[in-house]
Amino acid sequence: MTGNDVVSGTGVSPAEAPAEGGEVVLRLTDVVKTFPGVRALDGVQLEVRAGEVHCLLGQNGAGKSTLIKVLAGVHRPDSGHVEWRGEAVSFANPQAAMRSGIATIYQELDLVEDLSVAENAFLGHEPRRFGFIRRGHMASRTRQILGRLGHAEIPPNRMVRALPAAGKQVVSMARALSHEARLIIMDEPSAVLAHDEVENLFRIIRELTAQGIAVIYISHRLEEIREIGDRVTVLKDGRTTAANLPARETPTSDLVSRMTGRTIEYVFPDRPTESVVGDDLLQVDGLTRSGEFADVSLSVRAGEIVGIAGLVGSGRSEVLETIYGARTAEAGSVRMAGRALRPGSVGAAVKAGMGMAPEERKSQALLLGEPIYRNVTLATFSRYARFGFTDASRERAEADRIAENLEMRPRDVRRAVRTLSGGNQQKVVVGRWLLGDTKLLLLDEPTRGVDVGARAELYQVIRQLAAQGVGVLLVSSEVPEVLGLADRVLVMREGRVVRTAPAGELDEDTVLDLVMAGSLMEGAPA
Amino acid sequence: MTDSPPTTKLPAQSPPVDPAETEAVGGRAAAGVGRLSWWHGDGGEGAKRNLALIGVLLALFVIGAATRSDLYSNPDWVWANMLSILKLASVVGVVTVGMTFVIIGGGIDLSVGAIVALAGVWCTTVATQSFGAGGMIFTAIIVGIAVGLVNGTLIAYGRLVPFIATLAMLVAARGLAAEISQKQTQISQNSTINGIASTDLLGIPLLVYILAAVVAAGWVLLNRTTFGRRTVAVGGNPEAARLAGINVRLHTLLLYALSGLCCGIAAIMLTAQATSAQAAMANLYELDAIAAVIIGGTLLSGGRGTIVGSLLGVIIFATITNLFAINGLSTEAQNMVKGGIIVAAVLIQQIQFGSLSQFFRRNRLTTS
Repeated sequence: MTGNDVVSGTGVSPAEAPAEGGEVVLRLTDVVKTFPGVRALDGVQLEVRAGEVHCLLGQNGAGKSTLIKVLAGVHRPDSGHVEWRGEAVSFANPQAAMRSGIATIYQELDLVEDLSVAENAFLGHEPRRFGFIRRGHMASRTRQILGRLGHAEIPPNRMVRALPAAGKQVVSMARALSHEARLIIMDEPSAVLAHDEVENLFRIIRELTAQGIAVIYISHRLEEIREIGDRVTVLKDGRTTAANLPARETPTSDLVSRMTGRTIEYVFPDRPTESVVGDDLLQVDGLTRSGEFADVSLSVRAGEIVGIAGLVGSGRSEVLETIYGARTAEAGSVRMAGRALRPGSVGAAVKAGMGMAPEERKSQALLLGEPIYRNVTLATFSRYARFGFTDASRERAEADRIAENLEMRPRDVRRAVRTLSGGNQQKVVVGRWLLGDTKLLLLDEPTRGVDVGARAELYQVIRQLAAQGVGVLLVSSEVPEVLGLADRVLVMREGRVVRTAPAGELDEDTVLDLVMAGSLMEGAPA
Repeated sequence: MTDSPPTTKLPAQSPPVDPAETEAVGGRAAAGVGRLSWWHGDGGEGAKRNLALIGVLLALFVIGAATRSDLYSNPDWVWANMLSILKLASVVGVVTVGMTFVIIGGGIDLSVGAIVALAGVWCTTVATQSFGAGGMIFTAIIVGIAVGLVNGTLIAYGRLVPFIATLAMLVAARGLAAEISQKQTQISQNSTINGIASTDLLGIPLLVYILAAVVAAGWVLLNRTTFGRRTVAVGGNPEAARLAGINVRLHTLLLYALSGLCCGIAAIMLTAQATSAQAAMANLYELDAIAAVIIGGTLLSGGRGTIVGSLLGVIIFATITNLFAINGLSTEAQNMVKGGIIVAAVLIQQIQFGSLSQFFRRNRLTTS
C-alpha cells in the first residue's frame, strides 16, 4: 500500500489511487458540514475501495459521527463532493442511502426487539405478494443471508429480544445484506462485544470483504484496527489529517500524533501558583457496579479539580452518576467530609453539598420551555420559599446575580432556556449549583456542544470555583481538556482506573495511549 | 418541543432553504425568543392561548345569540343561562383541576369518574349518613384521597404506566362502588348536603362558588408554590428534576392524591345535585376532564399547562351542551361537535407551537 499521504487542512486531495486493491467505490472531497456555532466537518477527504476495511480514527468531537451521518443520508453536506460508485450523490434521507447500497450499523443497534430476526432483516422492504408478506420466502432468504455471515445457527423466526448483543449485531448485518449493501459502516461494533465475539465479528467482516463489500470501521482500539483494517484515515477537528495510512505498518505514535495537537487553541486558566487545596472533601472507596465499573477509588479535596479521562463506555460517566446517587452502588462507599452517603439517593448527595452537571444537558438537566431563572433555581427554589409559597422576585434576583457572574447571554433571566446557545445553557446548569452551598461539583462533559469562546469562559468559571474552595470532579472525553483544567487526572479504561497522576506528569499522547490501548475487555467486569 | 430552534443566525453555508420556511422559523424565533410575557412574567404563552379560548367562548355566545335571538334579547335570561352553564361545568371543573396537575406532572388519571362514583356511594351509605353532613363530606374526601394514593403508589413506586394503573382503578373502583351500593341508587337524606346544589348566594349558585374556590386554589398551588414548581419540573423533565434533588416519586404520588381529593369534592357536589349516588354516576367524566385539559392547552406529555385554560375548556364544553339544548338539537350531534373541537384545539396548538410550515413538513415526512 502506498498513498501514505498526510493532508493538513482543506483543499488537499487524497492520495493517488494505488494500483493494487479494488476499485474506489466512495470518494469524499472537501466535505463541510456546519451546525449553528460548530463546524463539525471542515474539509474531509475519504477514499474507500471495494473489498477493503477502511478504518476511521479520531478523538471525540473529531467529526466521525457527523461523517457517518452524512454517508448514511441523515445529514446533507453544506459543500464538497460525495462520489459513490462513480456518481456524485447527495442522499435525501437514510432510505435513499440504504437503497443505493450504503448500510450503517450504529452502536445502539436500531432493531425492533419484539420482531423476529427475519422481520428485522427485511424491515421496510419485506418480500410481498398481493400486499401479503411472503413469510416463508422471507425466512428462507434470511437463512441464506445468515449462512453467508457464518451464522446459520440463528433461527430466522427467533425474537430479536432473545438474542445476545453479538447476535443482534449479526441481525443488523443481515439487514445490510438484505439491501444488497456494497458499503457497510460500522460504528464501534466491538464496544458491545466480549473478546471471543470480537473474533467472530472479524471473521464476518473478512467474509464480507472477500465478497467485494467495502467496510468503514470505526473503533478507538488500535489493536483491532491493526488486526482487521487495511487502511486508516485520521480525522481531527473535522478535517482529514492523514488519509490512507496502511493500518498494520503505521506506528502508533504516528497515528496518535495525527489525532492530537489541537488546531483550535483552547485557553485554559492558569493554575494557582500556591496550593489552595484544602481538606479531603470526597472520598470514594472500591465503588463497583457490575458491567459498568469495578473497584474505583478516588478522592477530591476542597479547591481541587480532579479530572477523569476515558472513552465513552469506559465507565467514567457511570462512576460520576453513582457518586451522585443517581445510580446505586453495588459495593464500595462514598463519603463527603467523612460522612458516608446513602447509596442511590440523589437527595442525600445534594444535602451533603454535591451538585452535578450531567452529560446530556437537554435531556438530563434543563426544562427547556421554562425561563432561565427557574432553571437556575431548580435545585434551590424551595429554600427561597416561605410556607411553600415560592418567592419569584428573590429567585429572579439570585438568578440574575448568577447570570452576571457567569456572563450569561442574554442576561434576561425570564427568557426560555430553549433559546440559549449550548454554552449559555451549560452556564445555566453550572450556575444552578452556585446557589446554595455546593461543596463539590460533578461535571460530566461540561463543554460538549459548546463553542470555543464559551469554553474558555466555562474553564474560567470552573477554575474560579476551585479557587473559592469548591471541589470539582470533571469527566471529559477530550484529553486536552482534562489535562488543561484538572490538577490531578485519573485515566479510566473498561471500568477501571488504570492511572492516577498529577496533570503535570501526563501528556496528551500518553493519556490517549492509556485510554485506547489494552482493548478487548481483559479482566473487565462481565 | 424537545428540540430547540436555532437561536443563532443561520450558518453561513447552510443549504438553500425555501424563503417561506426561513421566514416561518424566523417568525417563531421572534415570538419565542422574546420574553415569555409582556404582562405577567411567567406563563405568557399560556395567557395568549387563553385569550384565544375566550375568543371561542365569545364566538359560541354569538352563535347562541344568532340562533335563539328571542331568548338572548332578554338580559335576565342571558344571565340565568350563563349561571346554568357554570353550574353545569362545576362538577367536571373541579375534577379537571386535579387532572390538570396530573397531566402537567407527566401522568394521566383515567379513574376520576370511578373515584367520584365510589366516593359518592361511600358517603351516602346508611352508616355514613348517620354521621351527618360533616361525616359525609369527610368520607367522600378521604375515599378520594385514599384511592388517589393507591394510584400514585402503583405508578410512582410500582412503576406501572399511569394509563394502565388508572385504567385498572377505573374498573376496580366502579366495581367496589357497585358492591357497596348493591347496585341500588342511594338517596341522600341529608338536607345540608342536598342544599349545596340548591343554595344560591347573592344570586349565584353555591356550586359555582365551590368551582371558583377550587380553581383559585389550584391556580395558586400551580403558580405560586413549590408544589407547583415541582409539578412542572417532574412533568417537563423527570430526569432533570431527579438530578436536581427533587423527590420525583413522592411528588408523583402526591399528584394522584390531589386528583383524588378533587374527585372527593366533586362527589359531594354531584351527590347534592342528584340528591342520590349510584355506582354508574359521573360516567365518562375522565374523558370530559382530559378533553378540557387538552383544549386548555396543557401538553399531554407534561411540563406545561394552565389551570385557567382547563377551566375555559370545561366551560366551552358546557356552553356547547347548553347551545344544543336551547336549540333543541340531539346529544349525538353535540358529541360530534365536541369531538371536532378537541381535534381542532390540538391542531391549532401544534401549529402555534411548531409554525405552520413545520407542521406540514413533519406530516410530509411521516407519509413519505
